[in-house]
Amino acid sequence: MTTQTPTQSTPARSHPEPHQETTWRTYFSFSTDHKVIGIQYLVTTFVFYLIGGALATAVRTELATPEVDFVSREVYNGLFTVHATVMIFLWIVPAGTGAFGNYLLPLMLGARDMAFPKLNAVAFWMIPPAGVLLMLSFIWGAPAAGWTSYPPLSIVTNPVGEMIWILSLLILGTSSILGAVNFLTTILKMRMPGLGLNQMPLFCWAMLAASALILLSTPVLAGALILLSFDIVAGTAFFNPTGGGDPVVYQHMFWFYSHPAVYIMILPVFGMISEILPVHSRKPIFGYKAIAYSSLAISFLGLVVWAHHMFTSGTPPWLRMFFMIATMVIAVPTGIKVFSWLATIWGGKLELNSAMLFALGFVSMFVIGGISGVMVAAVPFDIHVHDTYFIVAHIHYVLFGGSVFGLYAGIYHWFPKMTGRMMNEFWGRVHFVLTFIGFNITFMPMHKLGLEGMNRRIAEYDPKYAALNLVCTVGTYILAVSTFPFIFNAIWSWWKGPKAGDNPWRALTLEWQTSSPPPVENFVGEPVLVTEPYAYGLNGSTPGISLEPEATPSPAT
Amino acid sequence: MTGSTIDPSKAALNYHVSEVEASGHGHEAHPDHRVFGVIVFLVAEAMIFLGLFVAYLTFRAVAPTWPPEGTPERELLLPGINTIILIASSFVIHKAEPAIKQGDVKAVQKWFVLTALMGAIFLAGQIVEYFNLEFGLKTNLYASTFYVLTGFHGLHVCFGLILILAVLWRSRQAGHYSQTSHFGIEAAEVYWHFVDVVWIVLFLLLYIL
Repeated sequence: MTTQTPTQSTPARSHPEPHQETTWRTYFSFSTDHKVIGIQYLVTTFVFYLIGGALATAVRTELATPEVDFVSREVYNGLFTVHATVMIFLWIVPAGTGAFGNYLLPLMLGARDMAFPKLNAVAFWMIPPAGVLLMLSFIWGAPAAGWTSYPPLSIVTNPVGEMIWILSLLILGTSSILGAVNFLTTILKMRMPGLGLNQMPLFCWAMLAASALILLSTPVLAGALILLSFDIVAGTAFFNPTGGGDPVVYQHMFWFYSHPAVYIMILPVFGMISEILPVHSRKPIFGYKAIAYSSLAISFLGLVVWAHHMFTSGTPPWLRMFFMIATMVIAVPTGIKVFSWLATIWGGKLELNSAMLFALGFVSMFVIGGISGVMVAAVPFDIHVHDTYFIVAHIHYVLFGGSVFGLYAGIYHWFPKMTGRMMNEFWGRVHFVLTFIGFNITFMPMHKLGLEGMNRRIAEYDPKYAALNLVCTVGTYILAVSTFPFIFNAIWSWWKGPKAGDNPWRALTLEWQTSSPPPVENFVGEPVLVTEPYAYGLNGSTPGISLEPEATPSPAT
Repeated sequence: MTGSTIDPSKAALNYHVSEVEASGHGHEAHPDHRVFGVIVFLVAEAMIFLGLFVAYLTFRAVAPTWPPEGTPERELLLPGINTIILIASSFVIHKAEPAIKQGDVKAVQKWFVLTALMGAIFLAGQIVEYFNLEFGLKTNLYASTFYVLTGFHGLHVCFGLILILAVLWRSRQAGHYSQTSHFGIEAAEVYWHFVDVVWIVLFLLLYIL
């Protein structure tokens, strides 16, 4: 890692215009403050997470017994379709990029705000209507073709619900792209003087990689959805084989987005973990450049592996070979990150608070999801488990054990900065233990169910799978219960929690060097770098910047 | 808390600017990155078209004959003229850039009006072509892709036209665009070039190949 030297400070600029203080009303307004928008994203997406969780609980309740007894088959199809759509497009993608990206990037880069504050607010305010629209689809019959919406199934089932689903996704995709334009411009153009790319906190690198993926892949999904909507509404035959069309073209276009989407959902979390582990281990990050550049490698490789979702879609063997090998290669940059994180905490002075517990939970659970990912990348194995519960288990170990654990870690870690108050440690740990146990009880048995051949996306199944399914359902209830300590803890702490002070974790990145919560334009005076972001435990280094224009700080090396 | 260098009294709200108002007059707080932002956004736009083009090429590669049996012959004269007009309009709008760098708003208006006219002729030509074609949206896969691709591009031409007209509207106010501050002019120009390049690819794919 390179060493930063203090930069010349410049006098604070004068701002003649007065500004309203941030009150609770601000959070319901068209605010252009990136911190307000970040919190708007976080709270909104968390509400959708609860909705998606309720849908999942309904799905698992139906699956508690082999018979169809809780909801009808049609409703069941709608439940799992909307569950997946909500969790991906209204929770993990906007929470990882929108919430944390917006809140943290300008603070970490020493900027006053995002590059385009108004555009930022527009991008956020597209999300609530799109989400409400998707929920309203239940009135006319929810989309029921799965979140993948493969034609010809999606052309012939619930056209109204399907069109609402398409419209909702187009709005969410546009929001996501506008957000990415903002992130890229902010990262590339808005860094404070003296903060080169190789001095950025690793979260910024992760956001750079994730934003590039959003920018390159989301539009292709939009193209596919436009063609699909023509098939549904106008009766064209792009993806309808009876009219000469080709459903596999849709699959290619869909996965060209939806595989990178996995990395869009995990890269910001990778970045957050790279921030959280060094702070709570009191050790410098191991392999700064390795972690930074592996994000870019994942981003690039993520664009060229999409057809591994289509090994059973008539993909020719030579093409399957290419996609199998390319997919397995992704394990390399991902493994580099995991080993770097382990080396970071190795021999560190670990503080096992809620943020750290979730971060460690992330690393361990994500590794399981990563290993089952390498398994399904292998063509012969994938053909065996395709469309079974093994895939369901894999995706949840990556997206729940990975992304959601990481998002929780991020919330516990940055809550003091966002609200100025500490969360309750005891209930945080209760939350972690319940989540960890509930998660594993829910999803671990699904590996076995899948290997034994239980199909996904069906309401009714062979009674020989009944026992394990009941276990999964019990786990889901534990997971559902686990959110309550968190919700009450967050609300109570935001309202009455003990004051956090500016830097409760004694962290070195820029966001901790301003007040909690930060003032409207983030820093009083111009921030000045005096240390690299991860110089923990070196010469008893103290937080790394000075905000006093006249101060003459010394480098902490 | 330890080692924090912020004086709590200073963290109080003594340093504020209304971003809502500030952003209304452009971005005084930092250099103007809006042209960069437009270019980044156009990368996303290009990816939509790229996705659709590749879909078209795949349909074409998979089909036994292309265009499918019985597709009526396409007239090349009108789309050819249209293409020349659109490509020429890119050069016309490009003349606005040196003009505004001289601070000559009158010249900018002249070039923008001319570009808008050429864009409008292009759209009119497109509509005339639609009405004279012997196949409809649902005739076959080729016809569907033809209408969706050209229609989607036409939408973008419309949007570019709106941008140009908006710039013309704003330019009536003296001093709105100056030698140093003319984001609207640059954005409209970059967007127009983009629409033009997309058309060239589209024309080659749908008419020539």
